[in-house]
Amino acid sequence: MKILNCKSFFGGNGFKLIFSLLFNCLIAITFTAAVNAKTLKMAYDADPVSMDPHEQLSGGTLQLSHMIFDPLLRWNRDLGFDARLAEKWERVDEKTVRFHLRKGVKFHSGNEMTALDVRWTFDRLKRSPDFKGIFVPFESLNIVDKYTIELVTKEPYPLVLHTATYIFAMDRKFYDGYDNKGRAKDAIVKHGDAFASSNASGTGPFIITKREQGVRVEFKRFNNYWDKRSPGNVDKIVLTPIKEDPTRVAALLSGDVDFIAPVPPADLDRIDRNANVDLVTMSGTRIITFQLNQKRRPELKDKRVRQAIVFAVNNVGIVKKIMRGFGTAAAQQSPKGYIGYDPSLKPRYNLAKAKQLMKEAGYANGFTASMMAPNNRYVNDDKIAEAVAGMLAKIKIKINLKTMPKAQYWPKFDERAADIMMIGWHSDTEDSSNFTEFLLHTPDESTGYGQYNSGNYSNARVDELVVLNQKETDPAKRRSMLQEIERILHEEAAFVPLHWQDRAWAARKGVDIAPILNVMNFPYLGDLKMN
Amino acid sequence: MFAFLSRRLVQAMLVMLVISVIAFSIQDNLGDPLRELVGQSVSEAERQKLRNQMNLNDPFVIQYWRFLKKAVQGDLGTSYFFKRPALDVILDKLPATLELVFGSTVIIIFFSVPIGVFAAIYPKQWFLRLVMGMSIIGISIPVFLTAIMSIYIFSVELGWLPSFGRGETVELYGWTVGFLTKDGLLHLILPCTALSSIMLPLFIRLIRAEMMEVLESEYVRFAWAKGLSRRRIWFLHALKNTLLPVITVGGLQIGTLIAFTILTETVFQWPGMGFLFLEAVNRVDTPLIVAYLIVVGLIFVIANTIVDLIYGLVNPTVRLASSYSGGD
Repeated sequence: MKILNCKSFFGGNGFKLIFSLLFNCLIAITFTAAVNAKTLKMAYDADPVSMDPHEQLSGGTLQLSHMIFDPLLRWNRDLGFDARLAEKWERVDEKTVRFHLRKGVKFHSGNEMTALDVRWTFDRLKRSPDFKGIFVPFESLNIVDKYTIELVTKEPYPLVLHTATYIFAMDRKFYDGYDNKGRAKDAIVKHGDAFASSNASGTGPFIITKREQGVRVEFKRFNNYWDKRSPGNVDKIVLTPIKEDPTRVAALLSGDVDFIAPVPPADLDRIDRNANVDLVTMSGTRIITFQLNQKRRPELKDKRVRQAIVFAVNNVGIVKKIMRGFGTAAAQQSPKGYIGYDPSLKPRYNLAKAKQLMKEAGYANGFTASMMAPNNRYVNDDKIAEAVAGMLAKIKIKINLKTMPKAQYWPKFDERAADIMMIGWHSDTEDSSNFTEFLLHTPDESTGYGQYNSGNYSNARVDELVVLNQKETDPAKRRSMLQEIERILHEEAAFVPLHWQDRAWAARKGVDIAPILNVMNFPYLGDLKMN
Repeated sequence: MFAFLSRRLVQAMLVMLVISVIAFSIQDNLGDPLRELVGQSVSEAERQKLRNQMNLNDPFVIQYWRFLKKAVQGDLGTSYFFKRPALDVILDKLPATLELVFGSTVIIIFFSVPIGVFAAIYPKQWFLRLVMGMSIIGISIPVFLTAIMSIYIFSVELGWLPSFGRGETVELYGWTVGFLTKDGLLHLILPCTALSSIMLPLFIRLIRAEMMEVLESEYVRFAWAKGLSRRRIWFLHALKNTLLPVITVGGLQIGTLIAFTILTETVFQWPGMGFLFLEAVNRVDTPLIVAYLIVVGLIFVIANTIVDLIYGLVNPTVRLASSYSGGD
């Protein structure tokens, strides 16, 4: 047996042995580190449209913004606010809120985040075609000093904090100057190819390393991320869009991806029963409704007819049978947790009462009405429409239903092309007044209120309350006003409330998604822990 | 030959022109691209401003004329969604679809020729009759259902094959190909099989029927009488003549195959042209829709031209159309 001693092996130099041992140890450590590098493979139904957070106001854009940028403050699971880039804030006077920024926060480029960057971001938001509407009540963002800013509104405005969640600080020095085609780097271009669409520098936990639009996006963790207290341990993310629901679910069940969203309702049971996968569901905030056009169909002008329709629609049954429990039946616009939610308003299915109301209104023999709904926008939208048509037949309202893809539906909605039209809505500000402003305020071209009020519903008191609400900063007063709006709309049967869509996400065991999820569907992946 | 090819070129351009007119004229009925580009809270005034910027409010003839002017320079418009020239986007995804179609064609040829030939030679053989019967299942089940079922069986339950995507790809002369890596090949198996399931029964039966007829013909009987070996008769003489109509049908079916890539690619999240087209329709990305239709029209004309040329090569007795018009 040959005995290998260090002298014979390394030609008589013991240091070489120690050196090689150390070197091997180093390799072993890096290898284990590499093996321990956590990579999250995830699949959404679509990949981000653009890397520019101001290009399009959509869920996908905001989800990406939370990954590569940080907002001043963000919503938490209980619909409260968590401090992010703003450490604390206070109201200075009825039109001004002061924010104190965190010090020493770095952008991906290495530049430091200061008040100048936040003001730059605010100015750009005011220029963005999609976001400017949200910032209309704001006068300006003033700089007090390097780490202190003030948001000033034109009138006293109650939703300053709600709107501050949209301010994701952007690296103004990175976006300064001109690109190699001679265009300004900070240009917001919707259908051209701008610098900001494919380049980004923010303060967020992840940096995009590779992006092939429609195929995959790769992220790596930002080493100088300011939030050292974040429990997140994901080093790399590979996001692939999988458009087809069954394929996305199959990818999760076969282990090809670790986390998927959204989860189609048809597969909820299957995923729930699977031992290797966790399912998380939450009650949502998107209300699905039918609007009743009073101009097109004069019968709908009569409050009793509208009430009859609401009494005839068994929305609890729809949630149970068609949505398979994947929803919460609604009797008002605001979901539970919103400031305007009135717990006394409950779903009111009562077929006998519906028939009686029709008789009182003089329509015991019913009438004919047209209905339109999309078939690829909301969960089970076309099936819901068919069910409602069937329910209205019971009170002798003969429905001519047409369903179509959303691309064709929205132009029809704009034209008010049917007597009863479906629309779902989610409040951009997570606040109750947003629903009424867009859906049921008297249509007013100059202010933009009632833009989606296809029924031409008009109530002076509701309009008055909406306008008052915009200026009222006292939460208690706002609550009573918003609840009054919901009660009026309920009493007048201004629209047919169906339900709020639930949300569902699924991940394999070991990927702890429950703490990072919220009802707005902004998974805070920077804080995700996985093994 | 030159006359033949130049005639085909003119035909190709005519086809593309007609397609572009049709695609343009239905664009108003496809929906409003703005809905996909802007958020729900954007005011009507802003939307109209964008429409004007995108020249969507101009009359049809002006829009089409603008499109034609740019098209002859090779610019088929800029995709609203990708913000790049539509032609570039499609050509980027073309290799993926061609790989899929090529893989399916290989599977079809590999299976249909032997099975069809032997089914003709041994018509009563039980195994071959079973295979023919089962192939009907392939054509009667919609391709997306076959695809989803195969994902469920082979990926979720058995875990043998990946469930989506293209896997690892490498660059080959500027094209991204997947079949050169093991991972890429694994990803190719299920989609190609699903796609081939539509055409397989057709070709098996076609080859079988043609072969049976050819085996009854005079010259084959003469070859038997002359005492040629079985193999020579079957595979040299009979097969060649069998394949003639098959080649012609194959050329036409390429169009069907490309059409079905739309469904197959969608289910497997295969980043090819078909998936691109479906998304473009959903988003009302009109430039991309028009560009795709034109490119597919062109592919169709090219494929059929190649098929005609091959036919001329395989069957020397056939003269290509131009030879007659030359006049002797």
